[in-house]
Amino acid sequence: MLKVKFVILIIMLLGYSSVMISQEIEEEIFEEEILDEDVISEEIEGEQQEKVKVKKLTSELSGNIRGDYRYYPDEGLYIGQQQEYVSAVFNPEIYLEWANGKQRIQFKGFGRLNQYDNKQTHVDLREFYYQRVLKKWEISIGVKQIYWGFTESNHLVNVINQDDVLEGNDIENKLGQPMGHISVSQKWGTVDFMVMPYFRKVQFPGIRGRGRPPFLLDEDNIWFESENEEYNPDLAIRWFHNIKSVDIGLSHFYGTSRVPFFDVSLEGDFTLMHELINQTGLEFQATTGAMLWKLEAINRVSERKTIKAFTVGAEYTFSNVFKTDLGFLLEYNYDDRGAELINGLNDDVFMGMRIGFNDKQSTDFLGGINVDAETGTMTYFAEANRRLGDSWKLSFKMFGLNTDTETEFFYLIRKDGFVEASLSKYF
Amino acid sequence: MKKTILIAASVVSIALTAAISPQTAEEKKGLEISKKAEAADNGWGNTSQTLTMILKNKNGQTTTRKTHGFSLEVIGDGDKSMTVFDTPKDVQGTASMTYTHKVGDDDQWLYLPALKRVKRISSSNKSGPFMGSEFAFEDLSSQEVEKYTHKYISTVKLAGVVVYKLERVPVSATSGYKKITVYINKENLRPERIIFYDRKAAKLKTLVYSGYKKYAGKFWRADQMKMVNHQNGKETILKFEGYKFNDPTITEESFTQNSLKRAK
Repeated sequence: MLKVKFVILIIMLLGYSSVMISQEIEEEIFEEEILDEDVISEEIEGEQQEKVKVKKLTSELSGNIRGDYRYYPDEGLYIGQQQEYVSAVFNPEIYLEWANGKQRIQFKGFGRLNQYDNKQTHVDLREFYYQRVLKKWEISIGVKQIYWGFTESNHLVNVINQDDVLEGNDIENKLGQPMGHISVSQKWGTVDFMVMPYFRKVQFPGIRGRGRPPFLLDEDNIWFESENEEYNPDLAIRWFHNIKSVDIGLSHFYGTSRVPFFDVSLEGDFTLMHELINQTGLEFQATTGAMLWKLEAINRVSERKTIKAFTVGAEYTFSNVFKTDLGFLLEYNYDDRGAELINGLNDDVFMGMRIGFNDKQSTDFLGGINVDAETGTMTYFAEANRRLGDSWKLSFKMFGLNTDTETEFFYLIRKDGFVEASLSKYF
Repeated sequence: MKKTILIAASVVSIALTAAISPQTAEEKKGLEISKKAEAADNGWGNTSQTLTMILKNKNGQTTTRKTHGFSLEVIGDGDKSMTVFDTPKDVQGTASMTYTHKVGDDDQWLYLPALKRVKRISSSNKSGPFMGSEFAFEDLSSQEVEKYTHKYISTVKLAGVVVYKLERVPVSATSGYKKITVYINKENLRPERIIFYDRKAAKLKTLVYSGYKKYAGKFWRADQMKMVNHQNGKETILKFEGYKFNDPTITEESFTQNSLKRAK
């Protein structure tokens, strides 16, 4: 018996030492592997940076130029409309800073040259402002772009900049807004205050453009509630804070509504109505692991009516599934304005999917579908991007819609689904 | 009934204690070395640097990416950091801001200059690759002691340097790793090498630090970090340049939502 135990002990010891030996060998192989890149240590004394030099003026020119080819599979409903459009887009950017970045000037231009539609051929000053940065304060004067909110299918709270409708129904393109803007960062959040002395009118496609109603919308046929017309001094204030995994914002806007409603005369003439509004907005986002919970809500008061609207939803991301991030979006939109809304988001469910391939070329995909719970009207879109080399980018985009509800704005553009391919060069 | 609950609760609490606090001598020593290594780097205040990232595929073709950034040491919690992308040109000006936390998920935001929009990055997205490289987000975030359990394995010689070999197991369930093996220089407690094991415990990547320099008389920083992926044959080299310490303009105010939007 004792002998057996002894033998077991010997075997165990042998086993143990062989494990040790193999580990030693592993370490040794390891050591050989790295002989060519010996760890170099160097001591550098007196490298401590005590003084920070005040940098002189630095300037940077960047931007991109893009070619778009867009194809509408369906013939246009209205006279003059084409099926193929070629466009060139130019986005130049100039940035100047001095006094160690405490003073800066930002310029961002935009221009599109459209093959057929001379209304869609347009330029805009997206940004052009001077900014002074103090420790907690930030003061800017000029044309700016301000983005508020969290949801994807609708941007209810985002009321500062006018939509660039000529760039399509994609709600991400905005016209530059002139303003004076003060922002202060405190322990309890960031407070923004802005005064906007000038209103930017919506621009609509011309006779040869797609995505328009049968009549031509004339931005001169416009009514302002404010007696100052487009020179009404609009005001906005917002408090924004991050509390651990929660991002929260509360804002108020007083001034001329960026979103018009339409008034039809007995003769059938359309007038764009811009009323004075007081809009209070709430933005809320909570992050729990891979889930983002989102809410945007507004209360919008005008002399004509008071409306309430909200977007609520969630985004869940499956990370690193075969190196890919897979995100799913679900949002619901409610808006008191009902059929008056051009975007139709009065009682709608949005489902979307985002794929980030996390590759060298930053390939990504975003697709979504929006369904009106009441009328069944559907809009859907998809876009994909991929970098080519170091400074080129190839993009694909599609938009489609399906409606038979004659009272909706979408009915007037029901044949205007398209596919588009773009190639951009960045400089 | 009450007694059963009490017993159950105490069993659970014992189990939890066992999971959290080091039990074996190896675990105690491992934690001690990790804490000492962290303490040796305490007091760095703030740093700024530029980073060149070289991605190499199996055939040796390379692609270069550039970023610059700065970080702030936060006493009592994880560090704060800001990274701005310089190239490729289409992502120029995109900035990411991270508040690392010793316990719980980090907070991370991404600023997209084309949309003027700040987006929150869901905090469980740590195992994904950073800019198509062999580095995962979690490899580049602040390595807080609390993010791992530690175990001392042995003291070995690595490339002529005496190092402690530690095994660390990530606390987070969303980590991409089952465990990592860390080699810490015995003399100055700086990391020399890390071996990453995937969720199936297969050897995934090796990270080698080189070109160490001492800054501000005390703090060791590697000029180069080379990550080799053993499973796909690709590698990524990070080259750090222009390390600056104690810049008085880098403060808490450099990590606000406004600073993120201003980052250039």
